[in-house]
Amino acid sequence: MTLNRKITPPITDAVSFDLQLKKCDTYHLDNGVPVYSMNAGAQEVLMIEWVFYAGNWYEQKNIVAASTNFMLKNGTHQKNAFAINEYFEFYGAYLNRSCYNETATITLHCLSKHIHELLPVVAEIITESIFPEEELNTYRRNQKQRLEVNLKKCDFIANRLIDEYVYGIHHPYGKYTSTLDYDQLNQEELVAFYEKFYKEGNCTIFTAGQVPADLPNTLNTVFGGLPLQKRPVPNIQYTLRPATEKKYNIINDEAGVQGAVRLARPFPNRHHPDFQKVQILNNIFGGFFGSRLMSNIREDKGYTYGIHSYIQNHIHDSAWLISTEAGRAVCEPTIEEVYKEMHILCNEPIEEDELSLVRNYMIGSVLGELDGPFQLISRWKNYVLNGIDETYFYKSVELIKSTSAEELQDLAKKYLNPESFYELIVV
Amino acid sequence: MIQYNRFVLDNGLTVLVHEDQATPMAVVNVLYDVGARDEQANKTGFAHLFEHLMFGGSIHIPDYDEPLQRAGGDNNAYTTHDLTNYYCQLPAQNIETAFWLESDRMLSLGFSEKSLAVQRKVVCEEFKEHYLNKPYGDVWHKMRELAYAVHPYRWMTIGKELSHVENAHIDDVKAFFFKHYRPVNAILVVAGNVKTEAVKQLAQKWFGPIPMGEKYIRCLPKEPKQLEARKLSVEANVPLDAFVKTWHMDARLEKGYYAADLLTEILGGGGSSRLYQAIVKEKKLFSNLDCYHFGSMDAGLVTIEGKLVKGVTMEQADNAITEELEKIKETIVAENELQKVVNKTESVIAFEDMSVMSRASSLAMYELLGDATLMNTELNKYREVTPSDLHFYANEIFRESNSNTLYYNAKQ
Repeated sequence: MTLNRKITPPITDAVSFDLQLKKCDTYHLDNGVPVYSMNAGAQEVLMIEWVFYAGNWYEQKNIVAASTNFMLKNGTHQKNAFAINEYFEFYGAYLNRSCYNETATITLHCLSKHIHELLPVVAEIITESIFPEEELNTYRRNQKQRLEVNLKKCDFIANRLIDEYVYGIHHPYGKYTSTLDYDQLNQEELVAFYEKFYKEGNCTIFTAGQVPADLPNTLNTVFGGLPLQKRPVPNIQYTLRPATEKKYNIINDEAGVQGAVRLARPFPNRHHPDFQKVQILNNIFGGFFGSRLMSNIREDKGYTYGIHSYIQNHIHDSAWLISTEAGRAVCEPTIEEVYKEMHILCNEPIEEDELSLVRNYMIGSVLGELDGPFQLISRWKNYVLNGIDETYFYKSVELIKSTSAEELQDLAKKYLNPESFYELIVV
Repeated sequence: MIQYNRFVLDNGLTVLVHEDQATPMAVVNVLYDVGARDEQANKTGFAHLFEHLMFGGSIHIPDYDEPLQRAGGDNNAYTTHDLTNYYCQLPAQNIETAFWLESDRMLSLGFSEKSLAVQRKVVCEEFKEHYLNKPYGDVWHKMRELAYAVHPYRWMTIGKELSHVENAHIDDVKAFFFKHYRPVNAILVVAGNVKTEAVKQLAQKWFGPIPMGEKYIRCLPKEPKQLEARKLSVEANVPLDAFVKTWHMDARLEKGYYAADLLTEILGGGGSSRLYQAIVKEKKLFSNLDCYHFGSMDAGLVTIEGKLVKGVTMEQADNAITEELEKIKETIVAENELQKVVNKTESVIAFEDMSVMSRASSLAMYELLGDATLMNTELNKYREVTPSDLHFYANEIFRESNSNTLYYNAKQ
């Protein structure tokens, strides 16, 4: 029998899959700290994340939150920065920290067998950090140097400016760092922020991997007695101050051979009824390799190595962005093509063939993302921090399967109009 | 312990199957034994450009991505100096789609002029985005040319210059394909929710009929032992002075490779590493400093690089690094410090093995090295390294005559 290679082998439509989100165990420590746990995986590894409401949403002065978070590893009453690093590294463990807008995290990755040695030192960091002046000086100088290098990059400049246009320079989502901010940082501010938002802050713990049976007890012994969760998270509201001017052309490097192109419009958060359906529209528009922007602007015209659209992952307000780095001479034509693609989505219904491909692709991706403990806990974390639950997951899957071309066209008409987009080119 | 089954088709295609019933997904990984080291010096960047063309349609299938996406799958590829690797992941039920797609592009590409014309442009934009339009983007172009006199690690995978990519001709594309992209030069790894028997049948059905091709025999010029220190000083429009220094090290399967890997960890892996502590934190000469190597299959480079704190001279920076290297050359590394970096290696391996995709590509890579079981014995190789091995190799590697130094000065 000769093989006919022109015929596609039969496939099971991914939309027929019955996707199930593995439930996460939840419990509370004695002090009220909630713990979410995902016990899964074949490797004897563990991830524990401490999430504090200590993002830049809560700072009074620029970069206090990020600097406090960064310097958590730089010294406690008992250990200097070197000793802290050496301790974790000796066990082959990774202790990372990250600062976001609402939250800031401490994340431990380690082999499950070492967890008992490591937890007490994480607790030490949460209760006894001292932010030594000398460490702060080194941090300040090195960060300023790093910033200086970044300011030479058109993509870095573009990412800062587009957020400023959408949210305003005083909004936590719109503000950014200058070297002056580093000069103005002082130790007392970090200590005060730390006392309020870490030591006596609001914490949520996420664990995933091969979770030892005694972990709840151990966590409770080490963290259950700390003075966390004493006060509610402060309710702070910010006013959006979007820019009035819509179009910007910036020259950052006269000799630049590429421009960073950004288009953005304000968009509501996950609780808005359009949010999940728009994810489908976004996929078709610029959300994956087979998207229209990618097919047209990279695969047909070769203007860029890549072009993407996405909804920013923010808890409060959000924005719909299109982002690419394109040849300097083709930045304007790239923007024209983006608008053309918006126009087509507004005026022509998506054909069934394309829509069913995107449905299958999206379900296939979700299935892949349900694989493995770290991916699962990361989905749960996103739900917990955004105040949603697993019904959101099932609704999202249902909408991927059922949202019609007509609904998507209506959404395109509602959101994808060029006049509502900020437009920026940074060379 | 990663389990797998191995068989070879009559046309020389090596197939490895790694079953993992815990995942709903399947991974199909095809590695071709060709990388930038196999290019001609006047046609560099070709292996990588070719990787792009592999998505431009094959002989019976005009579009690779679309049917895969329709089957709920996703894919990507990468090119290194040593190899080119293609991988896709899709729901296990639809695995045959991946066999169909991968076998058709191994049988023959479509060799579309349009695809070549567009991908030449796309790769040029990639070149600009990563190497021309970024401060310090050309550091490795310069360092590779300095450190390698004859070995093709002299150039970057993206290519030596834009013109090599711009001038790529369809005849070059065809010749490259039929020389390197043959079953006998490929390794197929299928992993995830699959059964070996079923994979055997699918492999035979889809890949079996492809003509074997000629085994590519690699004969690259061996880099001669470097006998004299090389130095290069350049100026560029960057805000900070950067210092980069490299030393030749052993190839991937030689004993010195594992020692060199552990030495880079001791010197530069993490906040408690020697260089970071002594030179960034205590002497405050660098604002960042890294020590690493690329894991190359042929003899690679141990690298120390970083940006200088403003006001510090290159000579001060250079001397401070030399001073730290003298310490590791003179004094035996304590058991405890060695234990630390071996523990770290154990943990890195465990985390890497978490995803099916990563297990599949590791199996392919080790098979290319000669034997996929190396994947399971790798950690022991690290455990066998003794403090006196480290002492020996530190002295082997960190000789001034074996070094290449690049002063990358900020234009005043």
